[in-house]
Amino acid sequence: MRDQWRHPSPRLLVLRRLEVGVPALAVAIGLGITAALTSAWVGVGAGAAVVAGLAALPFVRRRWAAWGYAERADDLLVRRGVMFSRLSVVPYGRMQFVDVTAGPLERIFRLATVRLHTAAAASDARIPGLDADEATRLRDRLAELGEAQAAGI
Amino acid sequence: MTETDGWRRLHPLTPVVRGGRLTIALCVVLFPELLAGRRSRPILIELAVVAVLAGLGFVNWLVTRWRIDGDDLRIETGVLRRRSLRFPLTQLQAIDIVRPGLARLFRVAELRLRMGGATGSHARLAYLDEREVEPLRARLLALASGAKHDEAGPAVQAPAGRVLATVPTGRLVASILISDAGVVFEAVLAGLVVGAVLAPSAVSGILGGGAAWVITVAQLVWRRFNQEYRLTVVDVPDGLLVRGGLVALNAETIRPGRVQAVRMVEPFLWRRLGWCRLEVDVAGRQRAEGEGRSDRRSLRAILPVGSRATADELLDHLLPDRPRALSPAPRRALWKSPLRYRMLGWGRTDTVVMTRSGRLRRATNWVPLEKVQSLRRVQGPVQRPLRLASIYVDTAGKTVHAALRDRDVTEADGALEDLVALARTARAPA
Repeated sequence: MRDQWRHPSPRLLVLRRLEVGVPALAVAIGLGITAALTSAWVGVGAGAAVVAGLAALPFVRRRWAAWGYAERADDLLVRRGVMFSRLSVVPYGRMQFVDVTAGPLERIFRLATVRLHTAAAASDARIPGLDADEATRLRDRLAELGEAQAAGI
Repeated sequence: MTETDGWRRLHPLTPVVRGGRLTIALCVVLFPELLAGRRSRPILIELAVVAVLAGLGFVNWLVTRWRIDGDDLRIETGVLRRRSLRFPLTQLQAIDIVRPGLARLFRVAELRLRMGGATGSHARLAYLDEREVEPLRARLLALASGAKHDEAGPAVQAPAGRVLATVPTGRLVASILISDAGVVFEAVLAGLVVGAVLAPSAVSGILGGGAAWVITVAQLVWRRFNQEYRLTVVDVPDGLLVRGGLVALNAETIRPGRVQAVRMVEPFLWRRLGWCRLEVDVAGRQRAEGEGRSDRRSLRAILPVGSRATADELLDHLLPDRPRALSPAPRRALWKSPLRYRMLGWGRTDTVVMTRSGRLRRATNWVPLEKVQSLRRVQGPVQRPLRLASIYVDTAGKTVHAALRDRDVTEADGALEDLVALARTARAPA
């Protein structure tokens, strides 16, 4: 059966790239200044930081592309991860609560993370980088479905 | 059904037992000084403290009262913050009888009512007269099961079921000595003794650092022994009654419907002797407030040590429809989990999934499909080139980790689909 997979917002990719790029750039600039003041050898470190930052970008993209979720009739599928690919199946009836969080950076990008909690500590189903409207829609939808299908422990 | 009792108090010795350790400590501290006859100021202060504490305990006892009100158990307590608790007996899951050492000395016992619902809260009646406890337990259970309660009195007698399993003390001691923790403990002790003989000066340093650790392990071993001493499993109408204990006596009823998972553990040395340990994960016990540390564990050993045959018999009671045969992992899984490979396997029926894993010790898990919280398929970088994947079966709590490790990818995908579908049917109310 084909599932209707949805993916996090493209703005999450921008955010993730910034999260890698800005620290790399900061290190490079710091090392560059140090190189200008002391020996040119330190400049190699600055170059390495830039290269590492650039090399990481494709991986960031792949990780972003790996996130996905699908709302099926009875359960929510969440998949993630490139190195370790994970697929969680969380039945709506097992959801205890859903929370939506948005950190300061996420808020700047109008993103939010939806997290599902079941009675199992290991379930770990979260979907980051959803558009704020989509996050609200998903939360309401899940809450509705959870209520309709609630099962005891 | 609307029978109502008057308000009743707890046993008058409650404050003494509640204050338990404090009481003992005070006696130990105070008596020598009193006997020595030193009438200095400090003693007066200490006596004042004792008097205040005793007074508080007494007041607390005085204001605490309980009654059975129709289908509810009501408890009122508190002086400044008056609390009125109401426990609907229809939600009652089980009643445990707990008797700590001091309580046994004073012939009182605690009745602990485990309630269902999302919170899984407990009602505690601590402490009641020992003779009162059994009839009251029977009566509450009768009310909970909705049985018409006759005016004549307790209709349900204390259940006298068949004893399914009991643990001889000698075997329990032996099993603890050769369990994983036990062997480590003995090795450390032996090392210390040898060290003490060869180089006494060095040992004092080691001892200083390791003492806390040794004590922790010793406590662990002791707690296990204390809880599992003469543990007996009795077949009663509503499940399995597990009772036992050395200093503190415990009686707990495990209803098959409440079982989240069952785990059988066979440590390396035990397997030679054909021994195993059977533990049950019971629902709704995560972090209930006001519980001691020993209560928080959600795994309950129903067979601390015993033969496979005994374990099978107990399993028959808890999970009658369980898989008998395991399908082993494909040979190439040897590359990914060389130590685990021989143990790996899983099987299922329409209602129960069974998984086995472990390196030195073998752990077998059974999870009723109606209790499955979520399912996960994970494929790591080592598994991918080998075309392997694992399916994790998540249950409530953090104690049981059932996983179909290192299965062939197509088999894993099929199993995931099957389990999701079966869990859905199992969950659906009949």
